[in-house]
Amino acid sequence: MNVLGLYNYWIVVILMLIGFYIVIAHENLVKKLVGLAIFQTSVFFLYISIGKITGATAPIFDEKWQLYSNPLPHVLILTAIVVGIATTALGLSLVVRIQEAYGSIEENDIQIQDTQDQLECQLEAYGIQESLTTFDQDIDE
Amino acid sequence: MTAIAITRMGDLFAVVMLSGIYSLLSAALFLVLDAPDVAFTEASVGAGISTLLFLATLKLVPRYDKKSRYKPGLALGVVVATGALLIYGTLDMPHFGKVDAPVHEHVAPRYLNDSLEEIGVPNFVTSVLASYRGFDTLGEVVVVFTAGIGVMSLLRISRQAKKDAKAKTPPDMQQQVILRVVAKIMIPLILIFALYVQFHGDYSPGGGFQAGVIFAAGIILYTMLFGLSTAQKVFKHKVLEILTAFGVFLYAGVGFVCLFMGGNFLDYDVLRHDPVHGQHLGILLIELGVGITVASVMILIFFKFTWRTVKHKYNQ
Repeated sequence: MNVLGLYNYWIVVILMLIGFYIVIAHENLVKKLVGLAIFQTSVFFLYISIGKITGATAPIFDEKWQLYSNPLPHVLILTAIVVGIATTALGLSLVVRIQEAYGSIEENDIQIQDTQDQLECQLEAYGIQESLTTFDQDIDE
Repeated sequence: MTAIAITRMGDLFAVVMLSGIYSLLSAALFLVLDAPDVAFTEASVGAGISTLLFLATLKLVPRYDKKSRYKPGLALGVVVATGALLIYGTLDMPHFGKVDAPVHEHVAPRYLNDSLEEIGVPNFVTSVLASYRGFDTLGEVVVVFTAGIGVMSLLRISRQAKKDAKAKTPPDMQQQVILRVVAKIMIPLILIFALYVQFHGDYSPGGGFQAGVIFAAGIILYTMLFGLSTAQKVFKHKVLEILTAFGVFLYAGVGFVCLFMGGNFLDYDVLRHDPVHGQHLGILLIELGVGITVASVMILIFFKFTWRTVKHKYNQ
């Protein structure tokens, strides 16, 4: 009983870690955003579950009730959800632009293209007219 | 469980659908945890708008995830280590549902005991949101506004491209008779419900944030079924842009009016002779500001994504 009373935090931790795992282990940017959303929801659960009191009711005044759950976390999370969707939308539009610029939303492909561009710029600066095909093959391996 | 399924799926469409289900489930859980306001927001935002935006993005990006070339072992290790530390950290936390947890002992009792006399609004969440923490909420609205501006500048489309695309776009979903008829019945109800949530937020769960999102969802539904150009005849781009700013202006404006009438910033007591009436007026106005900004930002973001899709489809 002693430790089991903490189960709400464990659910939060598990959800948070699933989100965290998606963010670091996947290369697809849309999937990363979904992972971030899950991570975010886990924080929402943390706040709301802290505000809960056993035997209390929702924080709307009613004469029959004496005990209400804590309204403060509700306020914080309610605004956080709306702000969260606004920032997610911003992230998604960045993804759309990345797709247009690179033709891919996989982190790896983007990085390869970036290094290639960089090298080409450097080579041009040194006046070297070599073709980069050998380098491309190196990367593909 | 749904969350775990998301990690395994390669098909992004399924991932997005699952995340919508996940949001709906979390909304139900919030309701169980006595947070109807939050559940309301999560259901309309998570299951409604965010799923739609992800789907709109999926039209522009490849649908399938590429298999990662790295082994997930390292990531898994990091995750498990973090998890172990976090679980260890929870051991000192107060138990779930305890009345004497530290959170309930600072400002919360004051909100619960005094807000009825000070603010006179039965929904404690509304009085904390709009009055005690009004400045905080103003900040949140500005963040939503800023994100809206960000999306607008990232997904900008020239007027010429828009005109070309418009000429080539066939009317959307003309054949879906059932959907159109059902939507014609549903959309007015959704919009009226949004207005109810907006103006009844003092007495029942609801308020500007939820109302704005529900209103936007209604309009977005309309846009999907009757085509973008039809929707934009009703909701002109310029008007939406102005409304976005107007909401923030209304909110901050109420704050400044309070300042000029001798109170503190966003101290509604001075708006009327009776402080409680002043609070009512102030909360009504700023909730309206919040609702206007949130609704128009959401609609604008959706329009931007849709324009992008239309442009890609017909302008190549």
